[in-house]
Amino acid sequence: MSTTTATPAPATEMDRWPEKHYWNATKGLKSWLFTVDHKRIGMMYLISILTAFFLGGVFAILVRTELLTPGETIVGAKTYNQLFTLHGAVMVFLFLVPSIPAAIGNFVLPMQLGAKDVAFPKLNLLSLWVYWLGSAFAIYSLFAGAVDTGWTFYTPYSLQTDTAVVSMVFAAFILGFSSILTGLNFIVSIHKLRAPGMTWFRMPLLLWALYATSVIQLLATPVLAITLLLIAAERIFGVGIFDPALGGDPVLYQHFFWFYSHPAVYIMVVPAFGVISELVATFTRRPIFGYRFVALSSLAIAFIGFFVWGHHMFVAGQSEYAGMVFSFLSFFIAIPTAVKIFNWTATLFKGSNWLASPMIYAIIFLVQFTIGGLTGLFLGALSTDVHFHDTYFVVAHFHYVMMGGTVFAFIGGLHYWWPKMTGRMYNEKLAKVAALILAVGFNMTFFTQFILGTRGMPRRYYNYLPEYGFLHGFSSIGSYILAAGFVLIAFYLVQSLISGAKAGANPWGASTLEWKTPSPPPTENFPDTPHVQTGPYVYAEEGLDASRRAA
Amino acid sequence: MSTTTAPIPAEVKRHTVGHHFNNAEQEFSAAKLGFWIFLCTEVLMFGGLFVGFIYFRTFLAETFLVAHRTLSIPIGTVNTVVLITSSFTMAMAIRSAMVNKLGQMKMFLWATFLLAGAFMAIKLGIEWPPKFEHGTLPAKFFNAEHAFEAYPFLASVESPHIFYSLYFVMTGMHGIHILIGMGLLLWIIKRAYAGEFYSGFFTPLEIFGLYWHFVDLIWIFLFPLFYLVG
Amino acid sequence: MPTNDSILFPPQASTYAADVDALYYFIHYVAIFFWVLIVATIFYFLWRYRRGHKEGVGPTHSLPLELTWSIIPLILVIAMFFWGFRGFMVLSRAPGDAEEIHVTAKKWLWNFEYPNGQQAIGELHVEVNKPYKLIMTSEDVIHSFYVPSFRNKMDVLPGRITTFWFEATMTGEHQVFCTEYCGDGHSDMLAKVVVHTPEDYQRWLEESQVEDTTTPLPELGERIFAGKGVCHTCHSTDGSTKVGPTFKGLFGRQEQLADGSTVTVDEEYIRESILQPGAKVVQGFAPTMPTYQGQLTDREVAGLIEYIKTLQ
Repeated sequence: MSTTTATPAPATEMDRWPEKHYWNATKGLKSWLFTVDHKRIGMMYLISILTAFFLGGVFAILVRTELLTPGETIVGAKTYNQLFTLHGAVMVFLFLVPSIPAAIGNFVLPMQLGAKDVAFPKLNLLSLWVYWLGSAFAIYSLFAGAVDTGWTFYTPYSLQTDTAVVSMVFAAFILGFSSILTGLNFIVSIHKLRAPGMTWFRMPLLLWALYATSVIQLLATPVLAITLLLIAAERIFGVGIFDPALGGDPVLYQHFFWFYSHPAVYIMVVPAFGVISELVATFTRRPIFGYRFVALSSLAIAFIGFFVWGHHMFVAGQSEYAGMVFSFLSFFIAIPTAVKIFNWTATLFKGSNWLASPMIYAIIFLVQFTIGGLTGLFLGALSTDVHFHDTYFVVAHFHYVMMGGTVFAFIGGLHYWWPKMTGRMYNEKLAKVAALILAVGFNMTFFTQFILGTRGMPRRYYNYLPEYGFLHGFSSIGSYILAAGFVLIAFYLVQSLISGAKAGANPWGASTLEWKTPSPPPTENFPDTPHVQTGPYVYAEEGLDASRRAA
Repeated sequence: MSTTTAPIPAEVKRHTVGHHFNNAEQEFSAAKLGFWIFLCTEVLMFGGLFVGFIYFRTFLAETFLVAHRTLSIPIGTVNTVVLITSSFTMAMAIRSAMVNKLGQMKMFLWATFLLAGAFMAIKLGIEWPPKFEHGTLPAKFFNAEHAFEAYPFLASVESPHIFYSLYFVMTGMHGIHILIGMGLLLWIIKRAYAGEFYSGFFTPLEIFGLYWHFVDLIWIFLFPLFYLVG
Repeated sequence: MPTNDSILFPPQASTYAADVDALYYFIHYVAIFFWVLIVATIFYFLWRYRRGHKEGVGPTHSLPLELTWSIIPLILVIAMFFWGFRGFMVLSRAPGDAEEIHVTAKKWLWNFEYPNGQQAIGELHVEVNKPYKLIMTSEDVIHSFYVPSFRNKMDVLPGRITTFWFEATMTGEHQVFCTEYCGDGHSDMLAKVVVHTPEDYQRWLEESQVEDTTTPLPELGERIFAGKGVCHTCHSTDGSTKVGPTFKGLFGRQEQLADGSTVTVDEEYIRESILQPGAKVVQGFAPTMPTYQGQLTDREVAGLIEYIKTLQ
């Protein structure tokens, strides 16, 4: 396997470092804060969500450190409850939901469409400001007493606790608007701004994935918005809709909450599927096998995802028949998801497979996400779910899909588009080492938790029985290794900005339109509108081009 | 009402199409698609509230049947007429812009604004004060003593405060949308006076019109559900 | 606690546990099979078709393959659904002759009430091979009653009743956890299902009616502290503050009360706090302690007092 990182001498005019590009087109802080350039907005989102990821990660390390031993290790029970709540809320609302769409999608989507920008550039800027406003409320609530309800805010506990629930739900409410605006922009852009010749089935698969995600964002987020408003209203005014003491129904809250939050997990993972498609296509130098099936499976997942929310509530007191319906429908989601995994695997058949660092992340994704997806089967089946519900088995399952899946895909995509966004290459060897560290740390931390779950260890537990001590300790050590991997990534990515090799237009030999511009690209993306005549994954020649044959 | 398009007045500010669009038609159709999508999100948000209404209407049927009698159907009807008329005047404003009758356009925009104001004035000035007096208020503000005094039949049903909670939250949410609309309308009127709208560009009017008809539509669901059926 | 037979699971201690585990293992082996198949294929293709191979270009789509790998998984998951559904109906529906026991959950303890009116906190005593149905409700927030070795759980809701039934097949003590997050004491809200043989059950029944008059008071108090009184959930013995004040050094201490007055902790104060906990709450603590009126005998209260005296 090749380890070279050096870019060959510029093969084309486009490989030269451009004089004017989107970083230096205009200068000054104001030109960034008030920009309407999707690339600048994407970069500002990137910095913001990476900050959120760091914050959520700090909470995670504190949680795992507390769990090194039973009883008090570093904090008391109430603080621990706040830590796991904040870890969840920050990771879900400030990081995972925006991550790939806002940070990568904003940058890449218009370019892959062959467009100069998204349909509504000012709305795009507004979505960033709204994201910052929501994040500010979330940070404020940290200092106003934090929250200790779990990120799910179940009533009546969330109505009674004396922590800063109102400001945190208000933060999530505002963040929802950011999500809606991004989704709206993407849908209209895909409908209206495709380059001439780019029919729907000539779009890159990342766009299909972002389209499906945007549909979910638009339809699900408003329900969360009203649910959160009702929680705030109930706490402030005593509305009585969810509080049994006032005649309300706490299970109704769960229905409202999960009606958004189940589709939300598809908002978090479907963009990751899009990124993986791009990585696998480029690093096998082939069209994705079964392109149409992969494209339409994103829509199928979006659709089915709206009808399965009750699988979070099998033991909540809903009727057995509701449980039956939700379990049945939940299994159907497995099929389009499996279809993707099989198609990506088939793409490797007689591909020209190159294990560059982004591809390593894609492969690790395939291994880990498959585990996450398969463990969903235990949770979809009614009788086994009864045993696993609210145990560490569920925690392990969702970390395998959200972290082992989405985060790894996000990191892979970050590496892949890093040269385009920054014009620099990072240290490939360090990148491979970091990927290995992350994989080891991740699986140590979370595979262990499946076993904690099957043995009955409940989640959200500050204290635990001594018999679970070894597994908790092992898991916590894994989390430190995981953290070390992220530190390494931060190191060499920052290093690349200072001393990385100049990337050139297309260091990976990819085929989609964004690679047909200089790195970093100019503000207007394409001087002339591209005209598309083929599907997205057509490579100049089968096999390698000259620049990489030497490696 | 003329059906022929008048010539574009000289003082109008010609619109420049956004740099990322190919032409004005594409820009206009993108704006409309975008706004329809946004309206879907509004449907889902209000939809959540309607689901809450249906849920409690099913489990507290008697309470709803009894409590809705405390709402005034005449006032509700007047407000419905006011709102529907304002939708009509808004549509007329758009039509006037399409045929370059800009004076008429401004008149219809003001009419819409005034009708919206009338809706809020009737609601807040005439309809809600008695509710405060009688204590038929949402949530913890529900004053059982006063309410049962004014409406003795309320004392015999379960959890009447939930009806008023839903009533005030849903009509309140709707009222906030009217107020936001009034604010947007003022901004549009300002732009109209600045000469921005004419037959070649009236997108903000079209988009606001969509919003306004939607807000009207929500009321057309709220009114029968709360006032007529209970 | 019974020892584990398998690495993954607690023992199968109820009539339906074996079926739950069997479905688990079915899914488990199907999942392992597909995962190994996929991962092995991926690594094989990565190696065999690495850059520079001369084996030509692969196909871009195949409808037969798409159908195969959609339909076979579909059949498998539908089988999983039916099996799970069938098992669930067994878990949810108590047999008609099940003995009913009332369970009340509140932050942070489980109270069990038997048909004869007897109550116990934290311990549910039952006979082996006999069905029981728990009628459960919560006094405050949502809790959840989970017995891992039975493989069953059910949320416990305020303002509503939910049920949980089981027929234990294994004697001994079985752990109960609260599995719906309910605040500071959530992870200490434990209980035990104590499964007796019929003879043992009779013996326990008689013994629990008879007062313990022989165990020395401090030892009796310690047993109640850690056992049926569940005091340890909220009170520590090492000086650390939990939901309630620590018992270390409690006896003889001057405490400031919520109303501003001070009190010296003596026998009378401790006794009053056990039976009427809301009367003299220490400043800085919430008035959430439940009363033990009717749950503890006079001798047991005296035992607790003597035990606390030993914690200096």
